[in-house]
Amino acid sequence: MIRITTPLTDDVIKSLKAGDSVLLTGYVYTARDAAHKRLVELIKAGKELPFDIKGQIIYYVGPTPAKEGQPIGSAGPTTSYRMDPYTPALLDKGLKGMIGKGKRSGEVIESIKKNCAVYFAAIGGAAALTAKCVKESTLIAYEDLGAEAIRRLYVEDLPLVVVIDSEGNNYYEIGQREYLSSLK
Amino acid sequence: MREIHVNEIINAVRDLCIEANYYLNEDIKNAFLKSRDEESFKLAKDIMDILIKNAEIAKNENMPMCQDTGMTVVFLEVGQDVHIVGGNLNDAINEGVRRGYIEGYLRKSVVKDPIDRENTKDNTPAVIWTNIIPGDKLKITVVPKGFGSENMSQIKMLKPADGVEGVKDFVLKVVKEAGPNPCPPIIVGVGIGGTFELSAYLAKKALLRPIDKRNENPFYAKLEEELLNLINGLGIGPQGFGGRTTALAVNIETFATHIAGLPVAVNISCHATRHAEKVL
Repeated sequence: MIRITTPLTDDVIKSLKAGDSVLLTGYVYTARDAAHKRLVELIKAGKELPFDIKGQIIYYVGPTPAKEGQPIGSAGPTTSYRMDPYTPALLDKGLKGMIGKGKRSGEVIESIKKNCAVYFAAIGGAAALTAKCVKESTLIAYEDLGAEAIRRLYVEDLPLVVVIDSEGNNYYEIGQREYLSSLK
Repeated sequence: MREIHVNEIINAVRDLCIEANYYLNEDIKNAFLKSRDEESFKLAKDIMDILIKNAEIAKNENMPMCQDTGMTVVFLEVGQDVHIVGGNLNDAINEGVRRGYIEGYLRKSVVKDPIDRENTKDNTPAVIWTNIIPGDKLKITVVPKGFGSENMSQIKMLKPADGVEGVKDFVLKVVKEAGPNPCPPIIVGVGIGGTFELSAYLAKKALLRPIDKRNENPFYAKLEEELLNLINGLGIGPQGFGGRTTALAVNIETFATHIAGLPVAVNISCHATRHAEKVL
């Protein structure tokens, strides 16, 4: 198992290959549909983002409410393709990684290659287990969005799989192909 | 005529919302265990193990298995000899959903208008389907439906000439296009026949049937098994990382249809396929 910490350096990103299982420790920022829309509107208007996105990772998650004394509720990934229209603009601003689940568009894959970034999948539906990896949660922006607000999370040993690496290799294609050829 | 007070309905719906979101159904848990033992790929096995552990954590700590606690779909079977007293039935269902989602720390995922998109902050309104049946009981089934899988669902009006081969091709196409997005291994609800909207309703209703029970009609039971085999030959696997278990089950429901039509709806559901029921 590969252990990595944030912020991700280009050397670390280049060492990650599609299909690697990794445990991530460090800070990540949450954002999904509504927050992405606002972030990209700010970029288009030439305004500052509510956090310094350079070198950071965005986790596509809208957690359940935290019970008293806990940093967060259940917190698994949401489906990533809905963020595709916004992702290249964020990668161009210095974003280095995304955590979600499911396929990405050709444009996003090209932008990942161009910007030396990486796309991870968290385990969709394993939201109670994922919550155990979240040690801190701080509201950063857009409180009015509720579950969709931007939060900074400190995660410890969050289990992820590298799906699209910095060379554009896509594990959703590779893994399925390897499985099918193993049957022959 | 038997009277049922709306307060009983409110409490039942509240409890069912929480139960469905916290506790994995036994039939699905058994399918997880079987899949973990049968997968030849290490990553596929590891994923099934994580899903089994996730269900244990959710159960032991009374927390939602998934952060997408869904839009709440409620199926009612109302005995025609039941008289509901104390208020309006649909209001009672929505009040139960409101309490369940607030008191159970479930995520509020419903927006008031599909374009304006303002969150209602209590997960109401529920989608309510009411059926009047003989008897003096009221059966409530709560289905919190996540949209990672709902978004991958499709409907098609096939030609009668397309026949069962057309149905198979369409189901496979929908599953292939969904790929890793709906959190495989999935459960595939298929509605065949009726009208445009009834086929979609049947596809959703098919998801309520335990996955270890096949259709009562031997033809459709065989078709369910055949489709499951075809789907599990695609290689998508748990989470789309490759493997055998792309689906845990295919459940088909059918209805009579028009001489000119063959509607088919495919409602994709994630590996948890949550539902809980109670009879009052």
